[in-house]
Amino acid sequence: MATVAAVIASTHHPFYYRASTATGADRPPFADEWQAKIAAFRQTLTRARPDVLVMVGSDHFHQIWLDNMPQFLIGKAPAYDGNFHNEQREFGLPRMFLGGDEELSGYLLRQGLDAGFDLGFSNELRVDHSITCPIITLRPEADLPIVPVYTNIFAPPMPQPKRFVELGQTIRRLVESWPSDKRVAIVGTGHLSLELGGPRQFGPHGPDPEFDRKAVAWIASGDLDSALAEVSLDSLWRPGNATHGFMDFMLMMGAAGANVKADYTDSLDLFHTMEAYFTWYPEGAS
Amino acid sequence: MSKYLLNKFLFTVDRDPELTERYRADPRGTVQWWEAERANVILGCHEGERSTWLALTDAEREALAAHDYPKLFELGAHPFLTLTLFIALFERDYEEPLGFQREYASRLAHWTLPHPDIAT
Repeated sequence: MATVAAVIASTHHPFYYRASTATGADRPPFADEWQAKIAAFRQTLTRARPDVLVMVGSDHFHQIWLDNMPQFLIGKAPAYDGNFHNEQREFGLPRMFLGGDEELSGYLLRQGLDAGFDLGFSNELRVDHSITCPIITLRPEADLPIVPVYTNIFAPPMPQPKRFVELGQTIRRLVESWPSDKRVAIVGTGHLSLELGGPRQFGPHGPDPEFDRKAVAWIASGDLDSALAEVSLDSLWRPGNATHGFMDFMLMMGAAGANVKADYTDSLDLFHTMEAYFTWYPEGAS
Repeated sequence: MSKYLLNKFLFTVDRDPELTERYRADPRGTVQWWEAERANVILGCHEGERSTWLALTDAEREALAAHDYPKLFELGAHPFLTLTLFIALFERDYEEPLGFQREYASRLAHWTLPHPDIAT
């Protein structure tokens, strides 16, 4: 059976690529610290020696649109192009190309359907910065095949938080039952408190530092009970209008396991958002 | 009320670089053309297979024609779509990094929770 080599959860900040590659007067003052934190975070994936990456993210109205909106969708294709025109325009993100693992995609789809998740699928998926940002931060070589998993954290009505947790638990269980000798890392990105297109956007820090503090503690300690008790579809509007992206972190907490402490935790209080980085090693951290 | 169609305008104009520039230069004309020619195109279908029923309300049409993003927020347009397109339109006019984004926030500062419903 396949091995879950690492479970990794983080924010996906589209400004990282530009900040980390900028030089001279263009380089923002926070870039050095940010780049050092990312280098340390990257090491946590490298040392897990993965063969395949299951990548959990959310399309930001790029290919997935309101006339045809899946709640959970898995890509099943031999390859994925990455990043869209408006991400190049606004964030300077490069066009990318990632290989796919169709066998694992097909396995997760078939077994996921049989486990009670009516998953959508796509045989031609262009992935956006929710998946390319963690490739840039964690595996800039972009040399590993991926299985993209998209969730709807963007367009109401959305699934309940507990469904995200259950999907994470299911993905973990299915990867562990996949008849393969490969080492699989499950990598997912979401948001802490975040406001985009509203009055609290682009402030000196995230719109709700108190939520961020609690959320980081829940994730780092695997405290699913507290997260599920305090978070609802309605409550997530309060910390910021894009905070439903926290449900992707909850999915990753499901994948990591209830009450399992992260083996690596780091964060960075950046302007307008708190960045956070977590890694679990199911085989043990040594 | 047709929040879906407002969003469809923002979405289709944002993803087309020529249309983005046309909307910046001639917002009223672009909205009029778009509603007549593009509003009923089903994006995943052959262009001959159009919808027949989609139309903006007067308030929605005017908000788009006036580049009035605070009004679009009030009408329940998806904030991510509005922000992304309006950054493409106007960020270039500001000297400071994030200057436009901060002005955008200040023009919405009178809003408290709950914000307008964005469900479609």
